Amino acid sequence: MIDDVFEAGLGYRKVIYTPFPQAVPKYPVLDRENCTYFQKGTCKACEKFCPTNAIDFTQEEEILNFDVGQIILATGWELFDARRISQYGYGRLANVFTSLEFERLSNAAGPTGGKVTLRDGVTVPKSVAIIHCVGSRDKNYNNYCSAICCMQSLKFAHLVHERTGAEVYNCYIDIRTAAKSYDEFYQRLLEEGTHFIRGKVAEITDAARYPGEEGKIIVQVEDTLIGKQRRLPVDMVILSAGLEPRHDHKEVARLFGLSCSSDGWLIERHPKLDPVATMTEGIYIAGCVQGPKDIPASVAQGAAAAARALGKIQQKEVSMEPIRATVDQDKCSGCRICNNLCPFNAILFHEDRMVSEVNPALCQGCGTCVAACPAGAISGTGFSNEQILAQIDGLLLKNIKTLEVLQS
Amino acid sequence: MSDKFEPVIIGFTCNWCSYRAADMAGTARMKYAPNVRLIRLMCSGRLDPTFVLKAFADGADGVLVSGCHPGDCHYVEQNYKMLRRFHLLIRLLKQMGIEPERIKLVWASAAEGAIFADEINKFVEQVRALGPLNWGASKNGSEKVMVQETATEVPA
Repeated sequence: MIDDVFEAGLGYRKVIYTPFPQAVPKYPVLDRENCTYFQKGTCKACEKFCPTNAIDFTQEEEILNFDVGQIILATGWELFDARRISQYGYGRLANVFTSLEFERLSNAAGPTGGKVTLRDGVTVPKSVAIIHCVGSRDKNYNNYCSAICCMQSLKFAHLVHERTGAEVYNCYIDIRTAAKSYDEFYQRLLEEGTHFIRGKVAEITDAARYPGEEGKIIVQVEDTLIGKQRRLPVDMVILSAGLEPRHDHKEVARLFGLSCSSDGWLIERHPKLDPVATMTEGIYIAGCVQGPKDIPASVAQGAAAAARALGKIQQKEVSMEPIRATVDQDKCSGCRICNNLCPFNAILFHEDRMVSEVNPALCQGCGTCVAACPAGAISGTGFSNEQILAQIDGLLLKNIKTLEVLQS
Repeated sequence: MSDKFEPVIIGFTCNWCSYRAADMAGTARMKYAPNVRLIRLMCSGRLDPTFVLKAFADGADGVLVSGCHPGDCHYVEQNYKMLRRFHLLIRLLKQMGIEPERIKLVWASAAEGAIFADEINKFVEQVRALGPLNWGASKNGSEKVMVQETATEVPA
């Protein structure tokens, strides 16, 4: 079986496999779609060999329901599909790789045992171009910076250099190495002799135009530091594809009552003062679901989210916003207009007394019932009619009593 | 500059989306017309039509109502309830002789600071073109105009 997920299509896995080496729980799973028993009805060889009788063909997918008080969303990101930039040739030119593919290629536990080779699995490249900002910082695709690609590309350059001794060209827009000891790594790369070309790549092609380009991949790029067009004939190209929100981010946001930025990342409660919590009480976010970030930042945010959730559990009590609606029982006419307006079913109607009452534990304080009450019997804490009308007065400079200056 | 009519506009924004959008516009240092004065409500559903009438009666030349995009309401669906009232309110305003162009509804999510600022600019120009309303002044500054006493009565 070709492993499209973990090995990025470069390696193989069995039909019974562990999804990835650090999987939690570390149990192998059975791929039903490709299992001989499920497809043809006979085999069950694994059942015979398993010494602990752990294989159960009758298992079905189940949906488990849990009642929880808090949720941490850490649904992560998806790789930008480099095929969308057709002039970069990914999917068309064999030796154009994405960053995730190269990640497996350079991994000691990967399909090639860490040997950097071309797609044929044998040839060692003599020259490699690494393209930064593929699908990031580009108005045609994503405006944002994907944050991890600079360091990732520098790491790739270092690995290629170390493993193959090939010439490495890094085509970048800007080098962004703004974190602890990141820039030192960049300086080290400069000393190692990696070539840095400041410019956005126009095209990656196999159409040779000049002698010496035959059989190579040619990277056409403007070197903006010298103001000249360059054609780099290389054996291998690595596209540092950007990070994108999960394809179903909108459904996830809607499910939890959150909102996404125009790019699709979930919005935190406050960008500076509360980057872990969300507008919905009890929902926290961690990692790339909030925006592109590297591993240390994701770990820090994950730990922060866990601590916030634990803090709530430790307190044993939930503090709520004090904004609530209350019904003045003497004024309520029992018309029940408010009853159907509440999306939280916080308003109950007392049949015996013919009045409505707001359950303060369920009320979220939106105030729709306050605005709807024809008798003016419902009042909202902090947002009563008098308070809002006074605000209008104040803003329009009406009914304002001027302070008399005390004369000494 | 001083000859130009500067309309006074009261804006009602919801705490979760449009107020945050205005915040976002501020933190991003986007410039928009200073004619709009915002009042924060917890939800656009809190918008009592009385507020709009009161604002016009008190001398506002325009009213901006803003909430979360349909389907994105922090309180599930209360912006739809505001929407129903909004359409009725426009009818009422027409009957009272107020141009419906003096009131505007803007959906703005917390991320749409730029859109919000842009809509404010457009609305200010729209109201500027209509000229002053002078609704409050025509009643010699009387405070009784159009405000339903029962709905605004202060509980004893």
